[in-house]
Amino acid sequence: MTTSTGAKSAAETTDPGNWTNRLRGRIEGLVPPGEALPDRQPIYVASWIYVFGVLTLSSLAVVILSGCVLAVGGVQWWHVSSLGHYVNSVHLWSVELFFGFMVIHLWGKFWMAAWRGKRAMTWVSGVLLFGISIGTSFTGFLSQTNFSAQWIAGEGKDGINSTGAGAFFNVLNPGQMLLWHVVLLPLVVVLIVLIHIIQVRRHGVVPPLDADLEG
Amino acid sequence: MTRDRTPDSHDFPTRRYDLVKEFVITLVVVLVASLGLAAIFSSPDEKPITMSAWANADPNNLVTTAASELAGTTTSATYGAPYNSNSEGQKLGPIPLQKWGGVRIPIDSADLVLGPLSNTTNDPAVSSAVAAWKAAAPEQQTKWAADYVDAIGAAAADGEAATGAGGDPANVAAGDYGPVPALSAGLLALAKTGGLEGALDSAGNFYGGDTTKSLLLLADGAYLEDQAVAQNLAGDQWGMMNEVGNAPGQPWMWLYTFWYQIKPFSTSDNADVEVWALMMLLTLLLMFLPFIPGLRTIPRWIPVHRLIWRNYYRRSAGRP
Repeated sequence: MTTSTGAKSAAETTDPGNWTNRLRGRIEGLVPPGEALPDRQPIYVASWIYVFGVLTLSSLAVVILSGCVLAVGGVQWWHVSSLGHYVNSVHLWSVELFFGFMVIHLWGKFWMAAWRGKRAMTWVSGVLLFGISIGTSFTGFLSQTNFSAQWIAGEGKDGINSTGAGAFFNVLNPGQMLLWHVVLLPLVVVLIVLIHIIQVRRHGVVPPLDADLEG
Repeated sequence: MTRDRTPDSHDFPTRRYDLVKEFVITLVVVLVASLGLAAIFSSPDEKPITMSAWANADPNNLVTTAASELAGTTTSATYGAPYNSNSEGQKLGPIPLQKWGGVRIPIDSADLVLGPLSNTTNDPAVSSAVAAWKAAAPEQQTKWAADYVDAIGAAAADGEAATGAGGDPANVAAGDYGPVPALSAGLLALAKTGGLEGALDSAGNFYGGDTTKSLLLLADGAYLEDQAVAQNLAGDQWGMMNEVGNAPGQPWMWLYTFWYQIKPFSTSDNADVEVWALMMLLTLLLMFLPFIPGLRTIPRWIPVHRLIWRNYYRRSAGRP
């Protein structure tokens, strides 16, 4: 009697009741085969404006990396260490670059009307990402434990409280703001970035306005 | 509604493209740029204002603020939700959004003074003042404190004449202020020792991760705002997006900050909630722009895309 441990029966791989099969099918169906990391792009993808999307992504990587280094030293480290202060400066400037690149990317996509061809949700996730990124940076400014943080908290509380959200999101509490800044909001940002990238790879780069394949 | 005739991007001719190489190069570029900008421009880090600094720089203001907390007339005392129920808070038209949030961070403004002083055991005058305050009826407490605040008054400013003792507690007229002068002076003395922040934020729990009480007390006084105005950080100075010195701050908040500079928001009692509502509306418009006729057609009317895809259009025009 012979047995095979490597080969699976057809019933095993297509069993619709198997949760693992269903999840694998979902994941495999997110992006067309070969489009997750293609080595070719449509002929019209030839402009500097396309670089700003990946520049935004690269900036986010530097933001997270420098933030992780700051986390190693703790909340007060950058006030008492010249190295810590420098890492904080890297964190600040990578955030400035991140927003600068993101805004250019957003404007570029606007003038391309990049929501065409079933890409509306890609635009929606991008704008959502922009908004949540602003909130994330705001909690960072509140977590500085310096004069700026004091003043921004005092001013910011009136805006947040006026909406009723201040009852749950207390900008005067740097402990709460720091945790939102280093855990909750980055998780949301990274999750939406992943969704945004999958959406981009799923539909491909939007073709030029009035592009005619048969022309 | 016109039908979307955008062709499938996968049906176009392709050219070689290295996504991973592009990411790695941009990562290096951004990393070098961040390291360089940090080395050249650094980042601002002005020390936080301490209660001790406030007490030494503007003791009269701290005393007046303490008395005002006892009188229940400071900004935080009359704030409403989420700290207390002493006002309706801001409304969006008839909708009391602030009130709906509820009083989930309850703060009695008098406790900002009495809380720290109740733990002071080395000053009999303060201890007896606290006891006298607690033994009095609420109406009496309020009258003492309000009378003392009025007696201190304010210095002449902005064309208005001085009131009371011109803002100097040392010159107040004789009167029945109960224990309020001793309580206010006690808070000033505690602040000067550097122990007020800890007494407010970490008394009874050792760990002081929540500075809500300290910041409310600090913001009720004039010292914090004076320092901010001197650094061009006030709300009418585009303060929400500015940083101290020449640091860039949060320029992406320019539109949010902009509305505070113009009417009707600059003169509205409900400016915060109105600006928030407007920004939410504008954000939703931007987010759902692909579904809004007219707005989604702007890129066709202003053909910036002819520049972006100029090579493609040139090649297409040359095709037989």
